[in-house]
Amino acid sequence: MNNQERRRIRLLFSGIVQGVGFRPAIYRIAKEQNLGGFVCNTPEGVVVEVEGHPRHIEGFVPAVLNNLPPAAEVAAVSQEDLSVRGEQTFQIRSSRDDGDKDVMISPDLAVCDNCLRELKDPRDRRYRYPFINCTDCGPRLTIIRDVPYDRGNTSMACFPLCPQCGTEYENPSDRRFHAEPNACPLCGPRLWMTDGQGVPLADDFPDPVEQARELLKKGKILAIKGLGGFHLAVDATNEQAVQRLRARKYREEKPLAVMVGHLEAAGRIAEIGRLEQHLLSSPQRPIVLCRKKRHGGIAPSVAPGVPDQGIMLPYTPLHALLLEDDSPPLVMTSGNRVDEPICQKNREALLRLKGIADFFLLHNRDILVRCDDSVVTAARGKTVMIRRSRGYAPRPITLQQCYPDVLALGPQLKATLCILKGNQAYLSPHIGDLETPEARAFHSESLSLMERIASCRPKVLACDLHPAYYTTRLAKELPHREIFRVQHHHAHIVSVMAENGLSEQVIGLAMDGTGYGTDGTVWGCEFLISDELDFQRAGHLEPFPLPGSDKAVREPWRVAVSLLHESYGHDWQEMAQRLDLSAFASHFELLNSMMASGLNSPQASSLGRVFDAVASLLGIRHTASFEGQAAMELEAMADLPYEASYPFLLRYEDGRTLLDLRPLIRTLAQERINGIDPHKIASRFHVSLIKALAATAGEIRERTGINRAVLSGGCFQNRILFNGVTRELEKEGFAVYTHISLPPNDGCIALGQAVVAASRLKRRKS
Amino acid sequence: MSTERILLEHGGGGLLSHELVTEVFLPLFSNACLDRLEDSAVVTLEGRKFCFTTDSYVIDPIFFPGGNIGSLAVHGTINDLSVCGGIPLMLSAGFILEEGFPMEDLKQITRSMAEAAKTAGVSIVTGDTKVVARGAADGLFINTSGIGMIEYPQPLSVDSIQPGDAVLVSGTLGDHGATVLCRRRELGLSSGIRSDSAPLNGLISSILAASQHIHCMRDPTRGGLGAILAEIAGQSGFSITIQESELPVRDEVKGVCEILGFDPFFLANEGKVAVFCAPADADRILATLRNHEYGRDAKIIGSVGERNGGGLIMQTIIGGSRVVDLPLGELVPRIC
Ligand SMILES: [Fe+3]
Ligand SMILES: [Mg+2]
Ligand SMILES: [Zn+2]
Ligand SMILES: [Zn+2]
Repeated sequence: MNNQERRRIRLLFSGIVQGVGFRPAIYRIAKEQNLGGFVCNTPEGVVVEVEGHPRHIEGFVPAVLNNLPPAAEVAAVSQEDLSVRGEQTFQIRSSRDDGDKDVMISPDLAVCDNCLRELKDPRDRRYRYPFINCTDCGPRLTIIRDVPYDRGNTSMACFPLCPQCGTEYENPSDRRFHAEPNACPLCGPRLWMTDGQGVPLADDFPDPVEQARELLKKGKILAIKGLGGFHLAVDATNEQAVQRLRARKYREEKPLAVMVGHLEAAGRIAEIGRLEQHLLSSPQRPIVLCRKKRHGGIAPSVAPGVPDQGIMLPYTPLHALLLEDDSPPLVMTSGNRVDEPICQKNREALLRLKGIADFFLLHNRDILVRCDDSVVTAARGKTVMIRRSRGYAPRPITLQQCYPDVLALGPQLKATLCILKGNQAYLSPHIGDLETPEARAFHSESLSLMERIASCRPKVLACDLHPAYYTTRLAKELPHREIFRVQHHHAHIVSVMAENGLSEQVIGLAMDGTGYGTDGTVWGCEFLISDELDFQRAGHLEPFPLPGSDKAVREPWRVAVSLLHESYGHDWQEMAQRLDLSAFASHFELLNSMMASGLNSPQASSLGRVFDAVASLLGIRHTASFEGQAAMELEAMADLPYEASYPFLLRYEDGRTLLDLRPLIRTLAQERINGIDPHKIASRFHVSLIKALAATAGEIRERTGINRAVLSGGCFQNRILFNGVTRELEKEGFAVYTHISLPPNDGCIALGQAVVAASRLKRRKS
Repeated sequence: MSTERILLEHGGGGLLSHELVTEVFLPLFSNACLDRLEDSAVVTLEGRKFCFTTDSYVIDPIFFPGGNIGSLAVHGTINDLSVCGGIPLMLSAGFILEEGFPMEDLKQITRSMAEAAKTAGVSIVTGDTKVVARGAADGLFINTSGIGMIEYPQPLSVDSIQPGDAVLVSGTLGDHGATVLCRRRELGLSSGIRSDSAPLNGLISSILAASQHIHCMRDPTRGGLGAILAEIAGQSGFSITIQESELPVRDEVKGVCEILGFDPFFLANEGKVAVFCAPADADRILATLRNHEYGRDAKIIGSVGERNGGGLIMQTIIGGSRVVDLPLGELVPRIC
């Protein structure tokens, strides 16, 4: 063939194309089509140059798009023609040859179908080998020690490849070409079982997986070393076993997730729609919150009182073996003590989980980076992130603009941190509540990890306004040039703006538990006219006192009392007696004085607390064992479609729209006293609240002419509220923006902090 | 400073007080003695060690079960001297009186002061009185200063704390704070709680006599035991671990805190001392404390760990641990 009949093009693939087996896939397709050229990773994406027969060249891009590796997603392809060079062979150019360290660390990927097939094939040399993986799947982030992502920089470094594995690793046409964690029973990590004290069980039982399955069947609690940490596992259909796990873990009521073997098993437990199906089997394999079915066979104390069951499918070969055939669903909860981060190392797990686990299923592939399971849910046909961690982090979020380098330290609860560099925002995996020494150590581990991943050490810091947050105190201790303090709800709104590429002013609806306001009071039902730099508090819920302050978070009855006090004035005690609150009557006088004098009764405009209060008014729950519990149960109660019926008031004062829910509370309380079905009241409450929030936004639009509405805040994890407010605002002609890949809860705060700080820095420079 | 004006919390003994002292006063007053930020200044005069302290008392209510502002002003200064190892020698008393303050109340307060000083074996040797117009003060404020002589051979200071030290407290927590809360007019709470206001010079000299290995002492007043331990952990860089189960709290105090939403760990004490000592001497010191009328409920509550900046760590009753941060100010909600 002479050069006249040849053609050469250069392609740039962007999107999720690195660390997901994309280059070997390109290689195979180029080989099949007999094309010369090369493929390599660049900071912009994957660059491919191919030359060959014009017909093959034309078919190349469609062939690639039709044969993408499971975890890859191509966002864009750009193409340009080049002059022919006569190149006959096709090469994968290694990223280091290009001198770039920017090649991203991929998140961990669930075991792929090809590997599963081999796992179950008695003729395969990796038959039942729990560490099987390939370029399409397996551990990534959780085994790295340093960048770039190379076997030598991972915890696989201490497992020299056997000749056969080595050949696979070197061969560009093999599924395991440059699969860094490649391993087999001969050369790779191994699995073993120990008793509760860490003493290995006798070797006469050759298969630890079988052993584990037997013990689980008997109702034992197993600590199982997984991908990003340890799980505590127990048979999810065994009520006694689940209760024992709860008692030992001091986790009284917080819902537990379950792992099932396949989609069909998931369908027995909960309503699995098309999106849920897609999410459950995606390579990220998150925990998906699905509406429980009434007789799903799961033990009652797995997720008591709440509407959803968290479900996930096996994501490692080990899980696949544990849940093989028709083994019962397993509770798989983070292996930690209450409020501490997930355990990472064998010795740490043996120490911290002693007394909780009856047995340990251990292996010798070190977890170098902790990573919790991610949690998502589906609402209005969209994925709503609840906890962004394994499978998603540390993939950066691409922003519409470039910013100066900033490190955002995040909030106090559900913390993540964020490094902003250019147009990339690198968010850490979920760290958790920064209340324990372990969580704080994890925060600083995550900090240095993210600095390595982003290869950047910003000197400008962002943190919350709250003076008592650990991260605020930390900001002062870290070496820095400057600290920008960002109001909590402003950060909420700006994170949505950044995800959606919005830079013009928006009306931000931040519906939240609690955040520190610029006036030192507790905010949490805020309508903020925001841009990336600043905000104006255009509206909010009328504040009410929280008698007992932090205590009111755990004791919703206090908030119920406060709302009655607000709504009825002097007569509130009589109403409280007629409602379900009479059990607390002996405290009424004292709370009355506390609220009157302000003693330990901070003013709050928190919507999360209103949900709690209504749950208490309806007798659903007066004390909570975790934040949001009462609100979740109220949501579960509201499954009947009813039209709005409760009134509310809007007042315009000092440039702000104030939402007054007292009429709503009065009507609701009266209905409760009249014996109306609490399901009906819960539904009406939701619908009325949706109308009230939309009406407040509407009034602010009238004043300002701003038509873009942005939703964030933990309350939007409530699907009725999220769906309802979105629908109502859209009906009113608003352009509504919500989170895309970050959670509406405080998991999004770090991004918002980073973008606000970077924008302020940028404005000053220009 | 993070605020433009003085807030009430700047006087609360928590994070904001700490900021006020370290960012406003210290840079300008700085000297070796002050910079240590102990309860008293320790000075050497002609080869002998003395300690010197001052404190102002602004309290609502002025009278409370277990004492009044006058006895409190005497006990407070005696205790500040005692925890630095000082044997109190003499006190001063300054009064700022609001126009219209009842003479009978003033007499009663003065009687209490005289009595408290006599019981503790110190004299009030100088004083001052100012009267301000109605509204310029709230009834009456008292300032007391005191001088004590130090005979204990080892330096008692945060700098003397060693890894492995035992941490003791001489009795129940939050009695004074809870008493004052209950007496706040608007609450109208009646409870059997009394302030623990007491002079600790006797108690402290008995433990100083019992052990040569006491390293540091503090009186956990404003901000309670939680604030002083968090502060010491911050200053020293040592992590300090406290067992929640060992913290002595009266049931009545627990009950009041439960309903008001306060934590006795952060409520003021006026007759308690926290002791850091070599672990080998902990039991002897505990026994000595328990032998004294003001130390009956003493407990060993924790220990000093590594110098790793780990802060104050509470081992909770349910087997977890959490970091106790310096509160923002006494009685300031944390809420997050
Ligand atoms: Fe929030
Ligand atoms: Mg003092
Ligand atoms: Zn695979
Ligand atoms: Zn091998």
